[in-house]
Amino acid sequence: MPFHRIQHLLHKLLPGTPQLRPVEEISPPFGSDLPAGSLSVMACHDCDLLNRFPERVTRTVLCARCGAVLYQHKPNSIDRSLALTLAALILFVLSNCFPFLAMKSGGFIQETTLLTGIHELWKQELYGLAGLVMLTCVLVPLLQMVGLLYILAPLKLGLRPAGQAARVLRLVQEVAPWGMMEVFMMGILVALVKLGHMATIIPGISVFSFGALIFAMAAAFSNLDPPMLWARLDLRRYA
Amino acid sequence: MHKSAAATARQLGLITCHDCHLLISEEQFQAHPHCPRCGAHLHQRKPNSLTRTWALVWTAIILIIPANVLPMTITSSLGTKQGDTILSGVIFFMQTGSWEIASVIFIASIFVPFCKLLILIFLLTSVQFKSSWRPKDRTSLYRLTELVGRWSMVDIYVVTILVALVKLGAVATIEAGPAAVYFAAVVVTTMFAAESFDPRLIWDVIEEKI
Repeated sequence: MPFHRIQHLLHKLLPGTPQLRPVEEISPPFGSDLPAGSLSVMACHDCDLLNRFPERVTRTVLCARCGAVLYQHKPNSIDRSLALTLAALILFVLSNCFPFLAMKSGGFIQETTLLTGIHELWKQELYGLAGLVMLTCVLVPLLQMVGLLYILAPLKLGLRPAGQAARVLRLVQEVAPWGMMEVFMMGILVALVKLGHMATIIPGISVFSFGALIFAMAAAFSNLDPPMLWARLDLRRYA
Repeated sequence: MHKSAAATARQLGLITCHDCHLLISEEQFQAHPHCPRCGAHLHQRKPNSLTRTWALVWTAIILIIPANVLPMTITSSLGTKQGDTILSGVIFFMQTGSWEIASVIFIASIFVPFCKLLILIFLLTSVQFKSSWRPKDRTSLYRLTELVGRWSMVDIYVVTILVALVKLGAVATIEAGPAAVYFAAVVVTTMFAAESFDPRLIWDVIEEKI
C-alpha cells in the first residue's frame, strides 16, 4: 500500500515519529475520537519541509523552517462559516438590488447601481476591462458564496457531502485571489474623495451592505477549516 | 542549519497535493497523476515555474510602460478634453491637499506594481544563480508579493466608479482611457506571475548544494 510505504519511509528517516495509522483512520471524523498523541505530517507548501505536529492541536502551527502557516485551529468551523456565508449572500443580494451611489451637481442627479460602471465600460467597448471588474467584484465572490453553501449545508445537516463538493472546494480555494471586493471598497472611498470637491455624493443602501458584505465574506473564509473539510470530503471515502 | 534529521517531501519521494496538502508517494503519482483525496492534478513543483514566471514578468514590464504613459481617464468638461495619467492624478491630489488619497493611489498603482516586478525578478535570478542567501526572508518576500498584488486594482475600480457617476452631459463626463486596459493587464499578469512562481525552488537549490 502506498501509504504504508510513506509511513515506513518517514519512520526510517525521522526517528522518533510514532508509527502512523493509515489515513483512513487518521483523517475521518475530524479528530474527535482520536487518541491523544497521534501525529499528522504535512509538507510545507512554501518550502517543502515535512512538519510533524499533533493531530488535535488547538493552536496555529508554523513551518519550522520558513514560517509559513501550516495549520490554524478553527473551532466550530462549519456552523460559523455557514452562518457567515448566508449573511454574505443576503448582503450580496441587497448590494445588487439597491442604489449604489448618486451624484448631485446643480440640477443633475446621476444615480448608479453596483453594475452601472461595468455597463459603462462595456458601452465604451472596453470589454476586457468590464469583464475583469465583473469577474473580480461580482462573479468570483458569488461563486465563492454559493460554493461554500453547497459544501457546508449538507455537512451541517448531517447529510452525505454534495456530489461535487471536493471539486467545488478546490475551485473556491483557487479563485480566492481573484475575489477583490475589499479592493473595490477602497476604490469607492478614493472615488468619493475625488468627487467630493465638485459634487454632492449620496451613498445608497448598496454601499453600506457592500461594506458589511466584505466583512462577512472575510469572516466566513477565516472561519473555514480546509484540513477538516478535506478529511470529510475525502473522495476515497465516497467512491 | 540545525535540521539534520529534517527532510523535505521531495527527498522522501513524496508529492504534496497543491490543493488539499495530502502526501502522495511517487509510485502512486506515476500510476495516477491525480490526488486520490481531492482529485486535483498533481505536480511535485509547479510546472515550468521559472520559464512561465519570466515570460509573465517580461509581459508585465512591457505593459507597464503604456500603463504609465497613456491617460487613465479622459475628462470632458464644457467642450475641453483632458487626459490624466496615473502620475498626473497623484500629483493633482498632492497639489489639492488630499495627500492621503495621493498616497493610496501612489502606493497601489505605482509603488506596488514596480516593487512586485522587482521582487519577482530578484527571486527568479536568485533561484537561477542558485543563491543560498537568506532563504527564509526570500520566502517571506514571495508571500508578501502574493498578498499585496491585488491592491493594485484600486485604480481600475476608481475608474469604473467615476465612469458610472460622472455623466453630466455637456458639463462633465469621464471616460476610461487606454492606460486602464494596459494597467489592468499589468495587474493580471503580475498576479499570474506570482502564482506561477514556486517558492520551494528557493529551498531546492540550497538542498542540492549540501
